[in-house]
Amino acid sequence: MSLNTKAGPSNDRPILEVRGISKSFPGVRALKNVDLRIWPGEVHALMGENGAGKSTLMKILAGAYRPDAGEILIDGKPVQFRTPHEARSAGIGIIYQELTVAPNLTVSGNVFLGSELKRFGFMKDTAQMDRKTQEVLDRLGARFKASARAAHLAVAEQQQVEIARALFYKSRILVMDEPTAALSDRETDRLFDVVRQLRSEGLAIIYISHRMAEVYELADRLSVLRDGEYVGELKRSEFAADKVIEMMVGRRLEDFYERAKHTVGEVVLDVRNMSDGKRVKNASFQLRKGEVLGLAGLVGAGRTELARLVFGADKRKSGEVYLTGRRLKINQPQDAVRAGIGYVPEDRKLQGVFLQMSSAENITMNILEDCATGGVLNFAKLKTRATAEVKSLRVRTASLNSRAGGLSGGNQQKLLLARWLEINPKVLMLDEPTRGVDVGAKAEIYGLIHQLVEKGMAVLFISSELPEIVGICDRVLVMREGEITGQVGGDTGIDITQQNIMKFATDVTRSGSTNGN
Amino acid sequence: MATEITTPSAELAETKRKERTRSLIQLAGMLPVLIVICILFAALTPNFLTQNNMVNVVRQASINIVLAAGMTFVILTGGIDLAVGSVLGFTAVIAVVVSLMPALSWAAVPIALLAGCLIGVLTGMTVAYIGLPPFIVTLGTYTAIRGAAYLAAGGTTVINSKIGFSWIGNGYVGPVPWLVIIALLTIAISAFILHGTVLGVHVYAVGGNPQAARLTGIPVPFVLIFAYGVSGLLSGLGGVMSASRLYSAQGQLGIGYELDAIAAVILGGTSFSGGIGTVFGTLIGALIIAVLNNGLTLMNVSFYWQLVIKGAVIVLAVTLDKLRTRGQAA
Repeated sequence: MSLNTKAGPSNDRPILEVRGISKSFPGVRALKNVDLRIWPGEVHALMGENGAGKSTLMKILAGAYRPDAGEILIDGKPVQFRTPHEARSAGIGIIYQELTVAPNLTVSGNVFLGSELKRFGFMKDTAQMDRKTQEVLDRLGARFKASARAAHLAVAEQQQVEIARALFYKSRILVMDEPTAALSDRETDRLFDVVRQLRSEGLAIIYISHRMAEVYELADRLSVLRDGEYVGELKRSEFAADKVIEMMVGRRLEDFYERAKHTVGEVVLDVRNMSDGKRVKNASFQLRKGEVLGLAGLVGAGRTELARLVFGADKRKSGEVYLTGRRLKINQPQDAVRAGIGYVPEDRKLQGVFLQMSSAENITMNILEDCATGGVLNFAKLKTRATAEVKSLRVRTASLNSRAGGLSGGNQQKLLLARWLEINPKVLMLDEPTRGVDVGAKAEIYGLIHQLVEKGMAVLFISSELPEIVGICDRVLVMREGEITGQVGGDTGIDITQQNIMKFATDVTRSGSTNGN
Repeated sequence: MATEITTPSAELAETKRKERTRSLIQLAGMLPVLIVICILFAALTPNFLTQNNMVNVVRQASINIVLAAGMTFVILTGGIDLAVGSVLGFTAVIAVVVSLMPALSWAAVPIALLAGCLIGVLTGMTVAYIGLPPFIVTLGTYTAIRGAAYLAAGGTTVINSKIGFSWIGNGYVGPVPWLVIIALLTIAISAFILHGTVLGVHVYAVGGNPQAARLTGIPVPFVLIFAYGVSGLLSGLGGVMSASRLYSAQGQLGIGYELDAIAAVILGGTSFSGGIGTVFGTLIGALIIAVLNNGLTLMNVSFYWQLVIKGAVIVLAVTLDKLRTRGQAA
């Protein structure tokens, strides 16, 4: 593949320049003083970990968010986008990861949506719209007709419709968010051809991706964001996997996590060949007594899906679960709970807490039968157990009868943990247990996990935050695209570091070879 | 290592106070509305506040109370049962028909109850295992069971002037009709199940957050089947009560009853999306509807105007409730 010689600072000025952009949301600083310079005729990769601020930056460019500080310049002139429409008029086209094609319209109907061509001032001029759309489709090398119904198109083709729409608005800067996430290999190749075609026409393309291989293949330059800050920019000649990862991951382990060495015992949970036919492919792993096993990977790597399969929450295509050597028949979550497996789900509000019920009811939901005779509840018993949990986990609640919906995220999470601790499971799977939880409660949750494994529980710890994975896990499995691609810590001889995890989480090993040819 | 984050105790006390007023408001529910309506009618018509009339009101409400109690279970799970009126009609016909068979007449009541329960269980299974929306499933049973009621009655009115269980509809314990006792017992037992048993807590959990319920290990399908089963059973009870009161039944018995039952549940403060509400509230709701019917009739308001006023009061009362509890909903 040849390098585009027009790319880079040889042009006199950048087509798009972002200077000192900051953006905060309640409680979160999403972007801090971010710079970005994009030149015409280049593919500029934007990289960063989950939550690094890529999406926020993209939404600012799209006019969906307004920055708190900083400025955006197009062709050297400062611009302000108050609406997405203004951003589009200024020449910025966005291809979102979630496509926004209206399935019941034709391709040209989609392209002209909201600015249909008219005849006699009121009739839709379908023929004219089809013809104009077809010209753009031909330019993109599309293999479908402008008059085709969008619902009949494959995902990659729908993406081309969106690109065609962006071109129609005379976009000169095209932002693509993980454009290959839903594409097959062949479709990806075709998309790359389109991207190269657009680059040769002088468009600037901001290419957001997790996948190193794609960045190596396409990008002329790349910029890295980390924790909402701009880390730096690399020219193509400077691309090197280790360097990019270091930029993405940055700082080392924080003192925040005190790493306790756990005494790891025999295998408790043995998961073999777990597949759901889509998101999880043939995953096998073992979890030992007294062990905190991390499950790392980028968003969409299949971590949650794997845990849900083990727990019986989703239909599995293949796979077996053994608990202390005994094979379990798990068809639904109920079966897993009975066997002694607990699961704290990813989405606390949607899947975990009963917001309209009391703290006590939330805690005791799993021990109702134990505290009842013939199905009739013994409220004194329930109260005693709920009170004990509230005390030991330090749940900040006005009373046991307070509605759980009124509690903070951290306290709601403690209710969930308490619910599982009450049945004293052999295996506890925690899916993003510290998401949306304040720092104090985070530390308490880590402390609790240490206590649990010291008592012999086995914990599967899923998290998107690498520092906490590195900080508290004894061993870490890394997933990518549904497969367990690597393992660090334990007896692997590989240290648990963010760099090592990221190597398995992105396809850096594969890209090393593609880069060579 | 973990340090406790201390909240000022004043703040905690404040939340505690709020919790207490909230639970008071929740407990009282629509009771103030019922009382205001009663005072109004007492002032407007001298005959309203007599013992005779009061007993009369509750007796007129009794069948709706029973249906609405079953409906409360279903709505608490986030569902709806449109078929209660049809099931009432069908089971009433069955009860009379069976009572006319010399060999089986003793079994008229159990068979009617069983039929109602069975219909409910089948409805629940369709909702739980096939995953069809309850509105659609019960719209189907609403129509089909109505047809079955006409068929069972042979298109006419079935009559048994010597019906074996006439005490249910016409007997008294002292001054209190059996119909009233059955209705209040139904409320008491329902309240006990909902608030005092494992199953009851599960009903609230499934209605409040079905995903969480499943991931917690609650047998969601069983809970749904139970709720619809209760609704079917109580519709059957309503059928028995009607048949006994009238010594007869016909295919069109109970048309429109489901709407009064739903209105009672909603008036009683139960959330249409499930998970919030009490059967005590439902009782109040059913009484409000009955008092309106009775009072307006005593005032010689025409039937057409009664409908208009009833509808307006329902919307008004629920609006008031919404305003009162604004910001307290989950």
